[in-house]
Amino acid sequence: MKVLVPVKRVVDYNVKVRVRSDGTGVETAGVKMSMNPFDEIAVEEAIRLKEKGVVSEIIAVSLGVAACAETIRTALAMGADRGILVETDAELQPLAVAKLLRALAEREQPRLMILGKQAIDDDMNATGQMLAALLGWSQGTFASKITIDGDTATVTREVDGGLETVALTMPAIITTDLRLNEPRYASLPNIMKARKKPIETVRPADLGVDPAPRLKTLRVVEPPKRQAGAKVASVAELVAKLRTEAKVI
Amino acid sequence: MQTYKAPLRDMRFVLHELHGGAPNLPAELTDSILDAAAKLATDVLAPLNMSGDVAGCRLENGVVRTPAGFREAYAIFRDGGWTASSCDPRFGGQGLPESLGKLVEEMICSANLSFGMYPGLSFGAYRAIAQHGSAALQDRYLAKLVDGTWAGTMCLTEPQCGTDLGLLRTRAVPQPDGSHRITGNKIFISAGEHDLTENIIHLVLARLPDAPAGIKGISLFLVPKFLPDADGSPGVRNGMVCTAIEHKMGIRASATCQLSFDAATGFLVGMPHKGMTAMFTMMNSARLAVGIQGLGIAEASYQGAVAYARERLAGRALGGAQCPDLPADPIIVHPDVRRMLLTMRAYTEGCRALGGWVAQRIDAGDEEFAALMTPIVKALFSDLGYETASLGMQVYGGHGYIRDHGMEQYVRDARIAMIYEGTNGVQAMDLVGRKLPAHAGRLLRGFFHPVSSYIAAQAEHPQLGAMAAALGRAFGALQLATAQIAAKGMADPEEAGAAATDYLRLFGLVALGFVWLRSAEVALAKLPAADGDAGFYQAKLTTARFYMERILPQTAGLFAAIKAGKGSMMELPAAAF
Ligand SMILES: Cc1cc2nc3c(=O)[nH]c(=O)nc-3n(C[C@H](O)[C@H](O)[C@H](O)COP(=O)(O)OP(=O)(O)OC[C@H]3O[C@@H](n4cnc5c(N)ncnc54)[C@H](O)[C@@H]3O)c2cc1C
Repeated sequence: MKVLVPVKRVVDYNVKVRVRSDGTGVETAGVKMSMNPFDEIAVEEAIRLKEKGVVSEIIAVSLGVAACAETIRTALAMGADRGILVETDAELQPLAVAKLLRALAEREQPRLMILGKQAIDDDMNATGQMLAALLGWSQGTFASKITIDGDTATVTREVDGGLETVALTMPAIITTDLRLNEPRYASLPNIMKARKKPIETVRPADLGVDPAPRLKTLRVVEPPKRQAGAKVASVAELVAKLRTEAKVI
Repeated sequence: MQTYKAPLRDMRFVLHELHGGAPNLPAELTDSILDAAAKLATDVLAPLNMSGDVAGCRLENGVVRTPAGFREAYAIFRDGGWTASSCDPRFGGQGLPESLGKLVEEMICSANLSFGMYPGLSFGAYRAIAQHGSAALQDRYLAKLVDGTWAGTMCLTEPQCGTDLGLLRTRAVPQPDGSHRITGNKIFISAGEHDLTENIIHLVLARLPDAPAGIKGISLFLVPKFLPDADGSPGVRNGMVCTAIEHKMGIRASATCQLSFDAATGFLVGMPHKGMTAMFTMMNSARLAVGIQGLGIAEASYQGAVAYARERLAGRALGGAQCPDLPADPIIVHPDVRRMLLTMRAYTEGCRALGGWVAQRIDAGDEEFAALMTPIVKALFSDLGYETASLGMQVYGGHGYIRDHGMEQYVRDARIAMIYEGTNGVQAMDLVGRKLPAHAGRLLRGFFHPVSSYIAAQAEHPQLGAMAAALGRAFGALQLATAQIAAKGMADPEEAGAAATDYLRLFGLVALGFVWLRSAEVALAKLPAADGDAGFYQAKLTTARFYMERILPQTAGLFAAIKAGKGSMMELPAAAF
């Protein structure tokens, strides 16, 4: 069984993100970029399925600028078998990504696609769901456990009230939550070997997709600064302040 | 709390922009490797640095327990293939070039110096066997040392001798089957016993029965903790025990062991009585590694100091309040705090750039340059590592002296690098006594020629000319000092001995000046098209200027001290001290 795993290049989770002075977005020049952590979990899960003998080939896909090839390399170093880069300098929004992935799915015919539930840059949480709808496949989002048995994928989902378990008929889309697994550290030999694994580059036009944005960003602003705290002398004073100043009780 | 982030931007600067990249490896690959090493260092090793320091190692019935978390971290390190990183692919290694490997080493040292000792010592043992061991020994031991299943040690020191190994007493008695029985006591053996690996391969210096007295009668033996079975699994326990571990100032999570060998089975490595020759071929690599330890600590301490200096409020800027809405300004506004931070930065980035140059020459096969620069990298980097860590503590004031921030740990951990692998005094003697006179000064010319022609080439440069002139003056002092040592030291070796440490520092400061001038040149060229990186290059230029104006002048003082000669030093009778 083939599995396709999209991996997004995002600002590294350790970086303190700054809004560009003109308010058009966040500063990415000279900023460390890494694979979206939820996508790392997706790659790890695919590798574990391969190690169990359920999956035969893992294809890592990234969409965006040429540097996304490095994100694919990271996936290859973890254990993916080959990569596809959909190269474009255009801003990519979830619907465009979902359409591009659908085109790749039709070409590659995977039985399973594992995606991160969201990307830590825009927190959209939309691509997996859109993709499932476009393809007409089953979907299991926010997965914290995945078992595959023949044509059925059993997915434990993290929902507000607790855990929900669903059985999906393959082909299926699964999106990962944080607790699904702990991604491995790429080993040095695998980083070296990853250089020899193939990455194919295609453009949106080759896939017959127009990736033009459908949403317009009006303005990006920093969240309001937190006010400095104050020390109170007694519980009584705390209660008084909560009542009169904070007005929360 | 210690916080460490790998200085990847500066590492890429050193590797690619200053020294032209690692041989045969594309930049994306070296960057991926640096990224992966950074992740390992920050996520796995750094979190165990303070807890490991507090817990230390424990000896229980001859078994050493490393601090909590070390076994798991070692497993991740080993499974990631990092024990094999610098080993020869013939033996299963990854064969990383030095120019990359040294940067990886630095990150490990910054994150957790104690942890780094274990794979570091294994690498020393690997090297000894790979270069001098018989094919049979290589077949049996190398693969598992390389993949980290087994660890290694270097057993030189004994209670009565460290620097002067000619006094060594451990004995080796030949057996009919060609093996030897090793008997004696070793002390201060790093990683001599621990619970990270299933076997430990000791490399032990000892004397054969027919050995000539002194340093010419020493042989090298491989003595495994467990004698491997034919199938390679650790078999019978060999005759050595760990009788004690030392309680010490720093690197407390690295086990420093007393080992007692009692008729333990050992195997000769290399030729009889040629143990010191075998040792010396590895010495370069081990000494460079200790220099990198100094650099690693300096970087970690610098990061801690900068973070604190931005946050800690005290006093007002002398030129008027800079943060009037705060009760006081952050201490980073004060000239004296800036002096400390910039000194730390100039040393740290300078050492990284100089280490990169040496590594690059080693990759190019330039052994003479490596031989010349080894004592300088070892002693200069470890001295500056300690000085930097001490400044880092100073930036924290009293909060640096107490334990909570981890700044005092850096001071304690850095201190050993000035002592082991040949004290820094011994490094200075090596420089003036061996390296300067070698081949009628040919080694020296490998440094003097590129430096003098580079200074000349930059002399007329509109922006760099002043820095080149400053470097030119310091270089002139170095040349004069060299000539004096060559002349006086020939006639009276005590003159050379009296000058050695100051001379090494003078040499080192000039070498740092050279790489700072080169860094400034590169930064200047990149600045116009730097975009988001402009701040990085601008900081390089400013730090280069600080180095030339505020640190390099120390060379004048050193030169004056060297010129004064041994007189006042040797006059006082020993009884008068
Ligand atoms: C934590 C730790 C880990 C260690 N790990 C190892 C290890 O793994 N394996 C191992 O074999 N050893 C190890 N050592 C030992 C270490 O290498 C020695 O302590 C070191 O080489 C100095 O030897 P010494 O202690 O005998 O000092 P000495 O040789 O007694 O030196 C004392 C002082 O005299 C000076 N001096 C000595 N001779 C001369 C000379 N000819 N000219 C000028 N000055 C001189 C020295 O510079 C020093 O300042 C370790 C030590 C420590 C503390």
